[in-house]
Amino acid sequence: MAAPDVSRAGEARRRRLIAAAFLLPALVLLGALVVHPIGYSLYRSLFDRSGDTFVGGANYAEILRDGTIRTALGNTALWVVLAPTTATALGLIFAVLTERVRWGTAFKLLVFMPMAISMLAAGIIFRLVYDQDPDRGVANAVWVGVHDTFAESSAFPKARPGRDSPLVAAPGGAFETRDPVRAGSAVPLPLVGVAPDALPKGTRTARPPAAEPGKVTGTVWQDFTRGGGGRTNTVDPTEQALAGMRIEAVKDGRVVDRATAGSDGTFTLSAKADGARLRLPASNFREAYAGVEWLGPTLVTPAVIGAYVWMWAGFAMVLIGAGLASVPRELLEAARVDGANEWQVFRRITVPLLAPVLAVVLVTLVINVMKIFDLVFVIAPGAVQDDANVLALQLYRTSFGTDADQGLGSAIAVLLLVLVVPVMLYNIRRMRREARR
Amino acid sequence: MSAATRSWSPQGLAARLAGGALRVFLVLAGLFWLLPTLGLLISSFLSPTDLNRGGWWQALSAPSRLTADNYAHLLSNGTITGSLLSTVAITVPATLLVVTLGAFAGYAFAWLEFPGRDWLFLIVVALLVVPVQVALIPVSELFGAIGLFETTAGVVLFHTAFGLPFAVFLLRNFFAEIPRELLEAARLDGAGELRLFTRVVLPLGGPAIASLGIFQFLWVWNDMLVALVFADSAHPPVTVALQQQVRQFGNNIDVLAPGAFLSMVVPLVVFFAFQRQFVTGVMAGAVK
Repeated sequence: MAAPDVSRAGEARRRRLIAAAFLLPALVLLGALVVHPIGYSLYRSLFDRSGDTFVGGANYAEILRDGTIRTALGNTALWVVLAPTTATALGLIFAVLTERVRWGTAFKLLVFMPMAISMLAAGIIFRLVYDQDPDRGVANAVWVGVHDTFAESSAFPKARPGRDSPLVAAPGGAFETRDPVRAGSAVPLPLVGVAPDALPKGTRTARPPAAEPGKVTGTVWQDFTRGGGGRTNTVDPTEQALAGMRIEAVKDGRVVDRATAGSDGTFTLSAKADGARLRLPASNFREAYAGVEWLGPTLVTPAVIGAYVWMWAGFAMVLIGAGLASVPRELLEAARVDGANEWQVFRRITVPLLAPVLAVVLVTLVINVMKIFDLVFVIAPGAVQDDANVLALQLYRTSFGTDADQGLGSAIAVLLLVLVVPVMLYNIRRMRREARR
Repeated sequence: MSAATRSWSPQGLAARLAGGALRVFLVLAGLFWLLPTLGLLISSFLSPTDLNRGGWWQALSAPSRLTADNYAHLLSNGTITGSLLSTVAITVPATLLVVTLGAFAGYAFAWLEFPGRDWLFLIVVALLVVPVQVALIPVSELFGAIGLFETTAGVVLFHTAFGLPFAVFLLRNFFAEIPRELLEAARLDGAGELRLFTRVVLPLGGPAIASLGIFQFLWVWNDMLVALVFADSAHPPVTVALQQQVRQFGNNIDVLAPGAFLSMVVPLVVFFAFQRQFVTGVMAGAVK
């Protein structure tokens, strides 16, 4: 009777040994490099910079007091609110819409592709997109293009009257003729100061003004002969027109007529301009619109969030797309037959059925966003890193900079860990529920 | 009623307009996703002079300006090629290790009986979401003490440890789906656990192992933070090497743009070659 007991006990022992052998390498690594650091961070966060003096909760109080860390906290909150929702909303829209076009798969591939590249590479890509110079950064190139389509652009920011010019400065940056003009006379409007290579494309030499009865005519041109020899206030043969200059005739403070200089600099105003002064409005001389400072202190966080959404909308799209595939088509068709329009089908059937998937996507992105580091580190220029700061970046800067404070760094690490604890508990609950089934 | 009149009925017109608007929207969104990468790609083929002269989009109308000089220059400079080798030297072992150790542990959790199994597995699940940032300070002290700080082995071990919770979670769940009869039959034939593992479980677990491997490979290849802290600063991986160039951004796009693309070649090839496995891995990795 004794022998089988011994062998059963031996068998159980043997099985435990086998299990231990299978598990040990993984558990040792997890214990040493993941579990132990959690405990050590908790412990270390209670000590000062040197690690010798116990300071209790002082490091945690410092998190709330230090202005830089507070900015980081605020920005992390902004990230958590904006980035996951935007990426999920876009993912949902893309997943639903791509089902209706033939090239949907190609589109999905394009949007999903950034998932494969590093945040460093994405950061470099967006440093270029957000470049301040509209001749380099595509964001500002588009923005300035749109802006200049709606707001009149000015071609001559540096133009001004020369010596003895019939033009004088008027309020607001405009220029005006000293004397009123008469119908039937030709008015010269000379300006200087435009760099030759800044003249608009297709600029021609100016034509001297010719008088026309019953009208006010004139020429606006660059009163400067390259190489010298030009006469002041006279249109010399090689002098260039200021094509596109806007001219207003102003009488008693009211604009009575307006014209735009042709490619040879000449313009014609009707008889209404008789007795008015000619004004070159300030809009001719405004500095060119330089676009938006994407990576300046105010916009840098939304700009980096934009880069993040670019990277992660594909993740949301693919997960939601998989969820969408399991939505029963008959249900949607039935609703359509009952007269529901596409929006109602989307709002009342698709979205509620996708709710579990949407929750998983949102939670995943929230955790991901709390740990965001590389994108901010790479995209935000050194001068605005304080403004773009987030918790994970601050942790790195506090812990490994030149004047590292690993006590404070550990406190930030513990804070980061505490922030993900709810998700940790949610994962465990889900796992236990699945185990019970 | 002819087809033409039907399609110009109010409903037909509305449907056409909606379809048109949908296409316009998707094309615009597609451009939004395409232009950033395209911009860097074209910039990487422009000379520094052309880069300073104007936007990369001007090269679209003057393709003759494109040149591979930046790449030639970069490849002749040992720093970037060396850093790519460092990346490989970190990524390959870290991927193999996480797959191997994860498969052993996943099998134990799925099919071996031992006390405390369920609790231990719940702890592994809990560790899924621990941010790597928590371990930076403690592990740098630990590695300092045992001589692994600023070594490739240290970086590999760190990546393996933080890849393990997901690996164990994914593979345990996958292995648990293997029909019990298959394993029992092999056991009756006298196969030991190791034999069972290598002959039955591993072949059946192929798809999950592939997903895990690709996921971990891309994760480690693309990592910057861990390498920034733990990698040998004399032989940094490509992400760190490029990051050191970012500070003076405007002046060295001619280095950064081709460098970024060289660092992206391998992940993109892996991505396009193993799209299905990658998607499976991403989906299994949700809530990580």
